[in-house]
Amino acid sequence: MFTDFDFDVIQRALPYLWQGMMFTLGLTALAMAGGIVLGTLLALMRLSSVKAISIPAGAYVNLLRSTPLILVIFWFYFLVPIAIKYVSGDSYAQGIGPFHSALIAFTLFEAAYYCEVIRAGIQSVPAGQVSAANALGLNYWQSTILIVLPQAFRNMVPILLTQGIILFQDTSLVYVVGLTDFMGAASKVAQRDGRLVEMYLFAAVVYFILCFLASYFVKRLQLRITPPR
Amino acid sequence: MAMIELKNISKWYGSFQVLKNCTTQVEKGEVIVVCGPSGSGKSTLIKCVNGLEPIQQGEVIVNGQSVGAKTTNLPQLRAKIGMVFQNFELFPHMNVTANLNLAQIKVLGRSQEEATEKTRALLTRVGLIDHAQKFPGQLSGGQQQRVAIARGLAMDPIAMLFDEPTSALDPEMINEVLDVMVELAQEGMTMMVVTHEMGFARKVAHRVIFMDEGEIVDDATKDEFFSTTRSERVQQFLSKILHH
Repeated sequence: MFTDFDFDVIQRALPYLWQGMMFTLGLTALAMAGGIVLGTLLALMRLSSVKAISIPAGAYVNLLRSTPLILVIFWFYFLVPIAIKYVSGDSYAQGIGPFHSALIAFTLFEAAYYCEVIRAGIQSVPAGQVSAANALGLNYWQSTILIVLPQAFRNMVPILLTQGIILFQDTSLVYVVGLTDFMGAASKVAQRDGRLVEMYLFAAVVYFILCFLASYFVKRLQLRITPPR
Repeated sequence: MAMIELKNISKWYGSFQVLKNCTTQVEKGEVIVVCGPSGSGKSTLIKCVNGLEPIQQGEVIVNGQSVGAKTTNLPQLRAKIGMVFQNFELFPHMNVTANLNLAQIKVLGRSQEEATEKTRALLTRVGLIDHAQKFPGQLSGGQQQRVAIARGLAMDPIAMLFDEPTSALDPEMINEVLDVMVELAQEGMTMMVVTHEMGFARKVAHRVIFMDEGEIVDDATKDEFFSTTRSERVQQFLSKILHH
């Protein structure tokens, strides 16, 4: 099997793989940013004492967390165009395209997971901090944005990044809607040139190195940011 | 008109009544010490004054405004009442100056320069100007509590609330905090202080309130309170905390 291992195939495919990697990193970064913003809002909603706000957020999180990611991607790729056609009444209406449907699917899916991480982070901030902020006359949004969230995020950074590493691996699922991420690029070269062994091993090595380095970095960070109190 | 008025306030946690029909008032410039055994509801009582603890019955009136009323702008009312907590509750992610500046800028709308000027004056006053750029975690408990008092004063409050301000401190740090509070009292600040420091009460309090099991058992002038004719329950409590 390894007697005819052809490194040259990898070398020739590098520019194409690089493009794929840029796509993977871009999608990961965008979905992570969107997921954290939306997840923070969901976490604040879930923690609300107003049931009309906390219950929908809880339902959303539970629904998304009990759904396979790939199904969410299909929903946005296949079902949203149907919905658009139905709503607009225009049977020629286009969908939002594979990239945008994948991005929205990942963002909404990750938001559900981030929500739970961020909710725990918010709850880790002592209640006295909120009392102190309120006693100074800061309102809900001021105390949340200026006092609670900065402390919560400081406690959460390692977990948020770890979730990001998982997302980085999960983005390889975009091949189901025909997008070419790093995994997709490796796969296409493998099929085209008939070099399955080289390409899939190379892809595995790259994923391993990147994820391993990122995890190592997160561990180091975790040791450094034990907050002084 | 009293600056702070508590009228028949009651509060329940579930079926447990923590405050039972408490009534008292604090006049402008008055220093009130609230004492009593732990669990007697004194911290809860003081937190009702600025609405940190909602009440189910009765009314709290501060500076003529009802704290619980829907028409009251609670953040604005709270900004006028400084509060110092048992655990300091400085914001650990901000340095000392930022801790004092924050609400001045965000709530009172002062400029960065105005706020910093006020902050530096107050830090000088509590003897911590050299620590202006440090973070709370780098200060001792006594220093943190003095910063917390300065943070309350930065809002130019009409009254200050103290919730067991020395209970979390090492013994050798208690006096540096009490000194600041005594000075404040002597300058005529309206103060409501939950504390077991009877030395502080003797020195500056006008009135002492004694609470037990959610009730105001005794509400008397300082001299009356410390005289030997008081109720047996108060005598019992005083003998417990004074005999060491």
